[in-house]
Amino acid sequence: MGAAYETINFKAEACDGCNDCMTACAQAKAQSEDQLQSRIQIVPSGDGFELAICRQCGDPECVLNCPAAALSKNAGSGVIDWDGSKCVNCLLCTVGCAYGGIAYDSVSSHVIKCDMCDGAPACVKACNAGALKHITTGRIYNEVGNLEDLFEPGLSGCQGCNTELIMRHTLRRIGPEVVLATPPGCIPGMGSVGYNGLTGTRVPVFHPLLTNTASMLAGVRRFYKRSGRDVMAVALAGDGGTADVGFQSLSGAAERGEEMLYICVDNEGYMNTGMQRSGCTPYGAWTSTTPVGERAHGKTQDAKNLPLLMVMHNCSYVATASTAFMEDLYAKLDRAILAAKTGFAYLHIYSPCTTGWRFPSDQNVEVARKAVESNFVLLWEFNPQDGLQFTHPVENARPIDEYLEVLGKYRHLDPDQIAHIERTLANNLARIRGFVAAKGTASVEAGRA
Amino acid sequence: MEHTHYLIVGASHAALSALHAIRLHDAEQEVTLLTRDDSLPYSPTVLPYVVSGRSDPGRVFLRDESYFARQKVNYRRGARVQKVDAEGSAVELADGSKIAFDKLLLATGAAPMLPAIPGLSGLKFHVLRTLADAVALRAELPRVKRAIVLGGGLIGMHAAENLAKGGAEVSVVEMQPHVLAGYFDAEASSMIERVFAANGVRLLLGASVASFAAQGEGCRARLMDGTELDADLLLVATGVAPVTDFLAGSGIATGRGVLVDEHMRTNVANVWAAGDVAQARGFFTGESIINGILPDAVDQGRIAGMAMAEDPGSMSYAGGVPLNTYSFFGQHAVSVGVHEGSLDPAGVEVKKQTDAEQNSYLKIVLKDGRLAGIFGVNAAFDPGIMWELILRAIDLDGDKLAFLRSPQDTARALMSKNWR
Repeated sequence: MGAAYETINFKAEACDGCNDCMTACAQAKAQSEDQLQSRIQIVPSGDGFELAICRQCGDPECVLNCPAAALSKNAGSGVIDWDGSKCVNCLLCTVGCAYGGIAYDSVSSHVIKCDMCDGAPACVKACNAGALKHITTGRIYNEVGNLEDLFEPGLSGCQGCNTELIMRHTLRRIGPEVVLATPPGCIPGMGSVGYNGLTGTRVPVFHPLLTNTASMLAGVRRFYKRSGRDVMAVALAGDGGTADVGFQSLSGAAERGEEMLYICVDNEGYMNTGMQRSGCTPYGAWTSTTPVGERAHGKTQDAKNLPLLMVMHNCSYVATASTAFMEDLYAKLDRAILAAKTGFAYLHIYSPCTTGWRFPSDQNVEVARKAVESNFVLLWEFNPQDGLQFTHPVENARPIDEYLEVLGKYRHLDPDQIAHIERTLANNLARIRGFVAAKGTASVEAGRA
Repeated sequence: MEHTHYLIVGASHAALSALHAIRLHDAEQEVTLLTRDDSLPYSPTVLPYVVSGRSDPGRVFLRDESYFARQKVNYRRGARVQKVDAEGSAVELADGSKIAFDKLLLATGAAPMLPAIPGLSGLKFHVLRTLADAVALRAELPRVKRAIVLGGGLIGMHAAENLAKGGAEVSVVEMQPHVLAGYFDAEASSMIERVFAANGVRLLLGASVASFAAQGEGCRARLMDGTELDADLLLVATGVAPVTDFLAGSGIATGRGVLVDEHMRTNVANVWAAGDVAQARGFFTGESIINGILPDAVDQGRIAGMAMAEDPGSMSYAGGVPLNTYSFFGQHAVSVGVHEGSLDPAGVEVKKQTDAEQNSYLKIVLKDGRLAGIFGVNAAFDPGIMWELILRAIDLDGDKLAFLRSPQDTARALMSKNWR
């Protein structure tokens, strides 16, 4: 299996050309103030700036071009290592690189390239404009990639299904000591419970009614606990089964503090049965039961804020997450798994639906990213000790149009409806900020005492 | 008879690049790689540095045994192919054994061309194409006081520099009026020549040897103009040529090299050729040329490997662009593309700037607003980006003046716009 690596990400639109990154690099790598010795090079381009830096290519041409075996792809770090004791200064690597990532430095009289500063890039630390980011998500894939995928291959999700991604990632991390409940919805629909006695899972799974997922899991967990086994009880449920039909059992289990991890995969409707609206379908959205025509223009009510409702149950842990932000998702998954050992943990993961929301199947993660970056989806977590806090606050949110316009289910929206959605998002944001601020005051006082 | 699915003859850059491309697409089918050498693969380009001592001959290998084991490659040393039977899809080795193949890649490279100079054949002299050549030459160095290097190309100039650094009195004899004539114009070559002269290397340009005579361990060369040179070491570096004699009667078409199409395929459907042995389309003229340079060998090898493995992502060869990099006495020279002289003059613009104090030189050749060539001595630009600008025939358009003023920054910005 291949490995995933850390990388330096450049956001051209945020770069102000201050060149602090180049100074920091030259200082770190050449103990010099000379920006020409920087391994990262910012270049003016029109009104903005662009970047020349080693991309630590997966299939590096510079390595193939080196006659002296001085360049090699480090399988551990992913960095293209340069061995000065082997380099013969022939400069053929600079011919192989079409990105200006390795260049001759006349001061040191040899080629220089970015080595990622052993995992702590000096350029990123020096960037105050937010244009450079050190992406470390690869660590997750390397770690999780070695764990067993507890779903069989060939689940029959729609092309580009985000929910399948969530299922495989979460169960892999949770591990095999688990009993899984998948109430009616896309998750059993694509084969988690299968047919003819066969299931798509490699762990025990059952298919409760839409109404009783949490109560059945409560019993399963209690049974195993009593018989001395630490078996996790986990639900992978849709938003309809969670927010609407299954809410009474969910609310009861949460209030009693039953030990389980309840994961709600929120694709904003009953997508498996023909795309009907649910309590989580947002205002204005087209569904088959909130159609768009001469008179009707999609859903006329706002979505209920289900994760916030779970906060009001004072669960051991509540968080929202998105597959566009995997490090954040994994951090929350780890905390939720821990919390479920002693109490009720609830994870609400947003899951854009290519079929029901009508967008191209290769755009799923991009849609998920835009949802977060426009503040349509807010990423936060809660526990009773620390209260509620943002985990990925978005300061300069994208205009909501950028999110709405990629989704077929919002294509009909008129300006009034968009204004309504903007108000709703502003209210949601203010409400969550209120919780964060309330917690802030409390902890400051606690600190003084 | 031994049988293999992929048979690769040769073990340098084209062969290894092809192997890499094959394994990216086909992890399973059997690959056999034959090298005439008794060692792990190495690059001919590193040899001058083995001579100088910069490279440890034990540390120049491009792959190790574990790589071949991981890639499930049967790596055979000391296996020289003496005959190819294209119709019967088999090769015959020097020891008479045969290997049948489904697909064959010829990546056998080139060998030194020896000039027909009276007296040369009876003489002890050196060439530099194999690791054994380099090790033998290095062993001679301590006793060398005077050396003659025949040929002022890259290999000759590298060797001359290293012999001079080792303390020898070196004379380079070059037929052309300037060194490195294939890559640099008179002005740039002169700058390089001045650096050599300043470092004590005697350059005899526009000169050729009329005859050689043995003299003890060494030799005496008599030039056409009557000059006599004595030396205790002679290195012949008058260029290389593809080795194709073993293909005689094979049915594989050859010109100066093995003739190939845009997928590096020969006239025989299951035989490909890449690297210094191949004669392929030139980028600028469309004529079939031998572009014997390392980066092009890597490129051709990849294209051949993808075609052999039937990779659906197979690419076509864009055509050979002359290019090279050269560092000498702590300075460096880079050439990418062609000079104005080899282009139809219509629509050609040339900008040249020299700085005698910095010993720097930069020449840019544009054709119809697109980059055709860029040449520098101690000038900063990214050759890989320039190569890509040429291959993509990117219209510099509104960026032309900026490019002429500041080629490195402007090309980096163009890169970001066009193939980030």
